[in-house]
Amino acid sequence: MTWSRRAMTGKDMAGDLITMDDLTNEEIEALLNDAEKLLPVAKGEVFLPLLQGKLLGNMFFEPSTRTRMSFETAMKRLGGNVVNLGALASSSVTKGETLFDTMKMVDGYCDVAVLRHPRQGAAQYAADACEIAILNGGDGAGHHPTQTMLDLFTIKQAHGKLDLNVVMVGDLRYGRTVHSLSHALSRFGAHLTFIAPSSLSMPEELLEDLQKTGAKITVSDDLLSNLPTADVIYMTRIQKERFPDEDEYLKVAGIYKLNRSNLKDVKQSMIIMHPLPRIDEIHPNVDSTPHARYFDQAFNGVVARMALLCRVFGVPVPEVVGE
Amino acid sequence: MSDEMRRVTAICNGSVIDHIPAGTALKVLRMLRISGKRSNPVSLVMNVPSSKYGAKDIIKVEDRELTQDELDRLSIIAPHASVAIIRNYSVAEKRSVEAQEEMINVTRCTFSNCITHADREPQPHRMVVISVEPLQLRCHYCGRTQDMDSTIDNLL
Repeated sequence: MTWSRRAMTGKDMAGDLITMDDLTNEEIEALLNDAEKLLPVAKGEVFLPLLQGKLLGNMFFEPSTRTRMSFETAMKRLGGNVVNLGALASSSVTKGETLFDTMKMVDGYCDVAVLRHPRQGAAQYAADACEIAILNGGDGAGHHPTQTMLDLFTIKQAHGKLDLNVVMVGDLRYGRTVHSLSHALSRFGAHLTFIAPSSLSMPEELLEDLQKTGAKITVSDDLLSNLPTADVIYMTRIQKERFPDEDEYLKVAGIYKLNRSNLKDVKQSMIIMHPLPRIDEIHPNVDSTPHARYFDQAFNGVVARMALLCRVFGVPVPEVVGE
Repeated sequence: MSDEMRRVTAICNGSVIDHIPAGTALKVLRMLRISGKRSNPVSLVMNVPSSKYGAKDIIKVEDRELTQDELDRLSIIAPHASVAIIRNYSVAEKRSVEAQEEMINVTRCTFSNCITHADREPQPHRMVVISVEPLQLRCHYCGRTQDMDSTIDNLL
């Protein structure tokens, strides 16, 4: 029996995006094409009110800069509007309201909601509770599929394809971005190299899932020797907030660092990505190299999320935007 | 009924659960929420010889007919269990555990950061059965594959 989350829910799943399993390869490619077309809209060069009259609920139970702001930007650039949960301290969550009750209320207020929550499985839980579409903006150490869409877009923008040598570095255990991204890239034939200390290696079940799909995987703890063959280096932050205790964090903090001098033997076309925020894993002297793509990547969050929002409402993106 | 079953006297009305893995009868009672606090008699034999499994446990619950739903809950620890419904000292019906696609409110996710561990969240605990033999469960919400040893401690 193959496990499929998609098959196990009674809800019409047309709009929900909880894990990358909710999208077929064809849907991913169509979304990446839509995102490309929406670039002038994201930059504010063209106003395209495809989502006028629609309301997005931004439900962030955990801190976020890029995901929250890029969803808000995406919605507003497309003529829609946004309501925010706001600071947790000023919401009923501090009074002990359950996620179920909070989401039931949002279900009535909004046409679509983005949820970020510290607990894994929260997005599926909310999707089961709501009639409106739920987009997973990160659930604990689980999944972050909208980040994956912007990551795929960034890779395709640079290389024109996805079957590449992709090296993922750092916190692969708790890093939800690498979980979702590795699933998606393996489906497009990428060769994945996972570089992490043993305490932060990819979860076993995720490796098993990837291996079952025939993914090409290399596991290592050495970053420098894997640089010359890489097409994409995907750095991640060691997430202090996900460690059970500080001693464990201090053992691995700062273990992988990339600076300009490490990039002498890399491919000219190699790109460096990071979901941000960074601490010290990428030195600022890398920012001015042609390899650095993390700020473009952050901008791409707007187009990727625009395309996803259009999908939720079944709104086709015009072939040539602005004409 | 075999000689081994007569270690405990025949019952007039009720259920006989057979082919329980040796040594797990107490867990089965817990899963069926049979605590001994009600007045109907419960008999239990453990580690009796079994031609099929080497050894097995048997439980007899008087004046209670187990439903198929109750029996299916046992698939976590006793996938080969069968139940004979006894009426007036005769076997009136026989039932066996049926594999399910999903188990609802049978066990709690073993991953402590799963949303189902948050206080007072009202939605059901849902486990997707990804493999029957050996039994493998995955939480519908967080997607974590369950540690089956811990699952027994997380029964609802």
